[in-house]
Amino acid sequence: MDNRVVITGLGVVAPNGVGLEAFESALRAGRSGIRFDRELEELKFSCQISGKPQLGEPDIAPYFSTLELRNFNSKGIMYGVMAGMDSWKDAGLPLSEKDEPSWDYGMVFGSGTSGIDRFREAIYDIDALNVRRLGSTVVLQTMNSGVSAYLSGKLGLGNQVITNSSACSTGTESLLMAYERIRSGKASVVLSGATSDSGPYIWGGFDAMKVCTYKYNQEPEHGSRPMSSNASGFVPGSGAGALVVESLDHALARGARIYAEVLGGHVNSGGQRGKGSMTAPNPVAVQRCIREALHHAGVSADEVDLINGHLTATAMDALEIRNWVEALDRCGTDFPLINTLKGMTGHCLTAAGSIECVASVLQLYSNFVFPNVNCEEPHPEILNLIDSEKIPRETLNRQSRILIKASFGFGDINACVVLKKYAEPDA
Amino acid sequence: MLNLMLKEDLINRLKTIVSPYAQNKEALDSIHEETDFINDLKINSANLVDVILDVEEAFDIVIDNDAMEKMLTVKASMEVIEAKLSEK
Repeated sequence: MDNRVVITGLGVVAPNGVGLEAFESALRAGRSGIRFDRELEELKFSCQISGKPQLGEPDIAPYFSTLELRNFNSKGIMYGVMAGMDSWKDAGLPLSEKDEPSWDYGMVFGSGTSGIDRFREAIYDIDALNVRRLGSTVVLQTMNSGVSAYLSGKLGLGNQVITNSSACSTGTESLLMAYERIRSGKASVVLSGATSDSGPYIWGGFDAMKVCTYKYNQEPEHGSRPMSSNASGFVPGSGAGALVVESLDHALARGARIYAEVLGGHVNSGGQRGKGSMTAPNPVAVQRCIREALHHAGVSADEVDLINGHLTATAMDALEIRNWVEALDRCGTDFPLINTLKGMTGHCLTAAGSIECVASVLQLYSNFVFPNVNCEEPHPEILNLIDSEKIPRETLNRQSRILIKASFGFGDINACVVLKKYAEPDA
Repeated sequence: MLNLMLKEDLINRLKTIVSPYAQNKEALDSIHEETDFINDLKINSANLVDVILDVEEAFDIVIDNDAMEKMLTVKASMEVIEAKLSEK
């Protein structure tokens, strides 16, 4: 029989909160992590605001050895290690101090472009004919799987250790990959997560594509406006989210706190066919992904209480709502509540799915629905599809039973996961 | 006598350089000419290139690939450093 799969640990390094407590309090307060970014201004970006986790040296020091911090310049690895270690501790799991790794514990930790600042330094050195001066750390900090390599060594993991990469659906996909591995009995604990570097060399390409907003440089906190009538592009963000995924049996046996159950999900691609392209989602595929996720989870569309959308604040938001409406066959006042984190954090790209899954799990566990900030006036096309009340603008203290979360990425790829509030078994 | 003092001084400078990479701190405290970087100090072999870069910087010398391969002990490193310094 397949294992039931639960989430027992959370960690987050987000623009609007580092650590679970700060993050949950930011969610409840609708607090923004978007700030004016002087570096982007100096480099003449159109969009000069961004979402970056606020970290100082004392915050970072406990997670790395002095040696690791010599010539260290990979923010993605930094965010990922912090979130990953925090989630492990939060789950009450031990660090393997023995000579033997934990064979049943593994990791799926996603990343996109990794260690780009270190990479840039290396390129300058190489072009100055100084390749020999690179030292030993460039490979480890710039390989895409660097975050998994750093983390798994600290934890002593002995099961599969892998970095997945699927653009902005990476984080949600990593949760589903962890889920599959536990469900099939190949591991008892898998640390799932994703991280995204920050800075101009990550965001420049998006700025050039004109998908980021340039209208709110003077009022950063109002810049990220998903679902709003005056949304004008996303605000670039960064950070990391981590979730400890575990078989229910293993969690019960060690008396772990259970945040939520993962009922299932689906990943697919629109194949860049039909209305799909490199950058636009094929609606048929998105709707299919949502329906398949529900089917696989054994949940009917009517049971969904809360949607955590992808909703980045581009022109695609209305299309996404239409996809939800079609896939669930629910509209108007019959539509579930829906929210998106990106109004507070911007679009954290590779890490978005993981940070948003952490936010989703917190809502289920702590019985609240966080507000859609900067959406005072929802877009008229969206209001033609769903009732305005379904887009909470204030924090609701409300219990949800079933939450569905989706992420979509460049390359026309989709990931959708179904989470359920965990109820203690009857004694 | 003068030679001996120079030798002590060189070992102490090397000790400072390898200190961040040495995982065996006891062996580091009692570092001497025969100390082996990998076997005694437990320096990760990947970090040997970092030690050499730090030596180059500290003594303002350039260590070629052949000399680099020899630098596995304190004694061998001292010989390389002295040779490079005398070329200056």
